[in-house]
Amino acid sequence: MTGIAMELKDVGKSFGSVIALSNVSVKVREGAVTCILGDNGAGKSTLIKTLSGVHKPTSGVYEVEGSPVSFNSPREALASGIATVYQDLATIPLMSVWRNFFLGNEITKGWGPFRRLDVKKMKDLAKEQLLEMGIDLRDTGQQIGTLSGGERQAVAIARAVYFGAKVLILDEPTSALGVRQSGIVLKYVLAAKDRGVSVVFITHNPHHAYLVGDYFYLLNRGQLANEYERSKVELDELTKAMAGGAELDALTREIQQVRADV
Amino acid sequence: MATQTKDERVAQTSIATKMLQRPELGALIGAAVIFFLFWSVDTTGNFAGVGGTAGWTDIAAPIGIIAVFVALLMIGGEFDLSTGVMVGTSGLMAGLLATEYGLNIWVAIAIVFVFALGVGFINGVIVVKTGLPSFIVTLATFFVLRGANLAVTKELTGTVRVANVEDTTGFDTAHAIFASKMAIGTSNFQISILWWVLATIFATWLLTRTQFGNWIFASGGDKNAARNAGVPVNRTKITLFMMSSLASAFVGVMLVLRLQGMQAGQGVGMEFFYIIAAAVGGTLLMGGAGSAIGASIGAAIMGIADIGIPYALWDQDWRWTFIGVILLAAVLVNTYIGNRAKGARR
Repeated sequence: MTGIAMELKDVGKSFGSVIALSNVSVKVREGAVTCILGDNGAGKSTLIKTLSGVHKPTSGVYEVEGSPVSFNSPREALASGIATVYQDLATIPLMSVWRNFFLGNEITKGWGPFRRLDVKKMKDLAKEQLLEMGIDLRDTGQQIGTLSGGERQAVAIARAVYFGAKVLILDEPTSALGVRQSGIVLKYVLAAKDRGVSVVFITHNPHHAYLVGDYFYLLNRGQLANEYERSKVELDELTKAMAGGAELDALTREIQQVRADV
Repeated sequence: MATQTKDERVAQTSIATKMLQRPELGALIGAAVIFFLFWSVDTTGNFAGVGGTAGWTDIAAPIGIIAVFVALLMIGGEFDLSTGVMVGTSGLMAGLLATEYGLNIWVAIAIVFVFALGVGFINGVIVVKTGLPSFIVTLATFFVLRGANLAVTKELTGTVRVANVEDTTGFDTAHAIFASKMAIGTSNFQISILWWVLATIFATWLLTRTQFGNWIFASGGDKNAARNAGVPVNRTKITLFMMSSLASAFVGVMLVLRLQGMQAGQGVGMEFFYIIAAAVGGTLLMGGAGSAIGASIGAAIMGIADIGIPYALWDQDWRWTFIGVILLAAVLVNTYIGNRAKGARR
């Protein structure tokens, strides 16, 4: 039985009269990949922002390793080992790979006014750490914008893992990527899991979720619609449940009709 | 395609490509071209000699000292239009404090530097707290100071200039540090050139070799991503505003000591020269990339043009036009080189 890295208990979040989340309970197991699935507007973003410390829940309890927490900022969440990799906001394109890798955690040498970046050490470490995650770059001095979207996500994941993230929250890491690029990212999600990191993987793509996930939570209209364990669910079921089952059947029939007309 | 290398994602970068990736390369080539252009049309035979060099470095130094810090601020994603007028404000303030209130000029200078840091701080805080474009915020500061320069100077002296700064206590030592000359051959080199070199070295070191420099690039490149990585973006930007303001005050003090007085309109209009020098030097106007050395080279180009045009016996009025053409050409070339060096970017 694995432990619980973090847990939301009956969490609700409302913005004025808009209820974005209500009574959502999610367990993030240690060393497992927990997928949070939902269509647009299901409340995924609000859920991530609650987990990563941007929002405070309006009701319910947020626990990390069994004790309730109340983060005032993403920095505080980061200090507790909860790192979030945002889809487009993970890296800075015009900066080199190693500068991105160590951004905010720069290694310096010297003292007082002579404190300066230890460039060589950071370049070597970045290369070594990326290699360990399976990302082979010839030169970490190249601008990160020259990497593909999948590789950029991968660098961001490797960075979070290296800096001691216990929980890694990935916000739609594959939604803007092609098939091959998505594959690259999913590979690194598993690499992070292998290193003992608990991963929260937010997506609207059940196929991607099913490839890497151990536990699945389905959000619909701000509420938890369903939860599954990997051993007890098939991809078809997951896809159907996400699209709203009967709704998808109706939609499929409509589309077939349209196509038949043509 | 026949031979699969170990890693097909990264092509070998040639040394040439690496050089092209340096943001200041375009400016360096431009400076060389312009230098040889004016050398070839020089009518005095002095342009490339000691006299011409003393001349253009004297013009370039005060521009360069401010331009390198304006470049840092622009890399950090913000503008400062109040730098030019700040030169006037600080010179006038140092002069007035010393002549009208009888302060030791060193004390006056210290007060001016603290004041300049305060103005930069206010600029920065307004920009980061309100989210207004720095262009507007510092444009407002520009006009506020411009008015104050005239009004306060008139109020205290009854004229539009501060004079007789040379009679104040401490003037000789301050003059030696900020405004002395050194003779090489028959020409006098200004000490401002030394300050210019020091400012460039300091800014380059700060930008490329310190944690703060990393934060400058990050804040200008993508402030949300920087924040997510734990970079204190607001603090970085406020510090940059304080630095550009302080650099302006430094030049203001240099000028008031050298001229032994100052007009109330001094410095107005110069803010664009600093921004142009930075842009010519390869600093991106939207932030996130650039170089301090590049801004210095940009300042050098202005100095060369300023001296080269009269030496060629052309009409001095054309220098504005010339700088306008240089700006457009340099930014076009920089963009072209930048795109080529980066290869196909999505």
